[in-house]
Amino acid sequence: MAIKVEDLTFVYNEGTALEQRALDGVSFEIPDGQFVGLIGHTGSGKSTLIQHLNGLVKPTGGKIYYNGEDIYSEGYSLRQLRSKVGLVFQYPEHQLFEVDVISDVCYGPRNLGLSEEEVRERAEEALRLVGMKEKYWEQSPFELSGGQKRRVAIAGVLAMNPEVLILDEPTAGLDPKGRDEILDQVEKLHKARGMTIILVSHSMEDMARYAERLLVMNHGRKAFDGTPKEIFRHYKELEQMGLAAPQVTYVVHALRERGVEIDEDITTVEAARDALLAVLRRA
Amino acid sequence: MLREITIGQYYPVDSVLHRMDPRTKLFGTMVYIVSLFLADNVWGYAAAALFLAMVIRLSRVPVAFMVRGLKAILFLLLISVSFNLFLTEGEEIFRIGFLHVTWEGVRMAGFMAVRLIFLVMGSSVMTLTTTPNQLTDGLEKSLGFLKKVRVPVHEMAMIMSIALRFIPILVEETDKIMKAQMARGADFESGGLVQKAKSMVPLLVPLFISAFRRATDLAMAMEARCYHGGEGRTKMKPLKYARRDRAAYAAYAGYLGVIVLTKLV
Repeated sequence: MAIKVEDLTFVYNEGTALEQRALDGVSFEIPDGQFVGLIGHTGSGKSTLIQHLNGLVKPTGGKIYYNGEDIYSEGYSLRQLRSKVGLVFQYPEHQLFEVDVISDVCYGPRNLGLSEEEVRERAEEALRLVGMKEKYWEQSPFELSGGQKRRVAIAGVLAMNPEVLILDEPTAGLDPKGRDEILDQVEKLHKARGMTIILVSHSMEDMARYAERLLVMNHGRKAFDGTPKEIFRHYKELEQMGLAAPQVTYVVHALRERGVEIDEDITTVEAARDALLAVLRRA
Repeated sequence: MLREITIGQYYPVDSVLHRMDPRTKLFGTMVYIVSLFLADNVWGYAAAALFLAMVIRLSRVPVAFMVRGLKAILFLLLISVSFNLFLTEGEEIFRIGFLHVTWEGVRMAGFMAVRLIFLVMGSSVMTLTTTPNQLTDGLEKSLGFLKKVRVPVHEMAMIMSIALRFIPILVEETDKIMKAQMARGADFESGGLVQKAKSMVPLLVPLFISAFRRATDLAMAMEARCYHGGEGRTKMKPLKYARRDRAAYAAYAGYLGVIVLTKLV
């Protein structure tokens, strides 16, 4: 098992009037190579949770194990952990600072103390992985478009060669094309390299399409944990949490109510198309 | 780490002090500061302590929260106390090399420490019970008479309230960028001075860019809502004195009277 979270609790501004319980007794395990989707309404504790996973925040209570080792035990190198568990923040393009694209991507691996050659090699590889063409490498990151900036920022984390990649709403503010490109690249990383992915997103369609497992957060607690099909069966409870199921799931449910015999666990448009065609053929 | 600073932070509870007109609180803070410099003996400071204790009680802000704000001036406090302690001439108690401690020095150092602590606590009562917006509103109104001599009071108040409004946003932004760079293996703590200054670049560049971006966004949003300076601008909630404010002014007068009396003792 790669990541194990045990009874994690985090309280902001403890002991003041501004006290706020962001996480409350959260436990789960994420095995190597899983693609996990993390959903929850704004303020449900998702962002706080993922910042714990690479040791950026110290929990108020509870433990986190990475490959069986307690990451908050004394002498555990958090820096080492951060190279293994890559975290891409929301709007990661806001953290770019270098004069050109390639140097910005070099920042991460250079902090790991690698040789200059290796740093460069990793940066180039990461930029290729996110599909940034060579002609952009020497440009200032501030001259790029929003989608390209974001790819450079993601490359900056990938260049650290992480085993686990956590992305906090990587598609926020992108157009549909940019969104699909980024998510397809993430899926490629997952499939080709067996990278563990934790994806935070508000798009239930994306979750149904990419995630193998969904974690649902609600008011700092883990509300559901299961495959997307299992989770979206609870669409009524999800709605009470300010979430929803994919649009197509609603269509499927409406069809079933009108007597169409179709599997209720359909969560993607493609699956719905195939199922409907099968129904029509039978008829 | 950045959340530790409590000077200038608003503490949201409901109390008489929170509901008071900001002008009353501004004036009260001024009166209090003046009184601290008027007081010159134990009785004066006792009166000041009593007044402060009463005000803190009324504000319903936990004392622990206020004491935390003193951390910021600890260094200043130490320096001024030791200067007064070692460098005041008078009746000597003992001496180590060229440093000598006198009775007058002990007295001065003690008063200085008390004065500084009360000063900081007194003014933090104001900022803890008044939102930055109320504060600038109060300042704008109180200094309104300066408009006659062409001082751009409104513009200055607007600049101040925007600056104050941006502090928490920039603090949060700093925190976020810091974490993002730490996730890329940055180290802001170890290393010498040069190394530390260098490690700040990945933090400061994005921070400046984001501050400029926010500034242009805000300017655009203000223009879109037809902001054109203070002329002819009315307030949604004009400041108005209530009974509690009159009571407060009476209390100030009484307090100043007591302070003046202690000088005669």
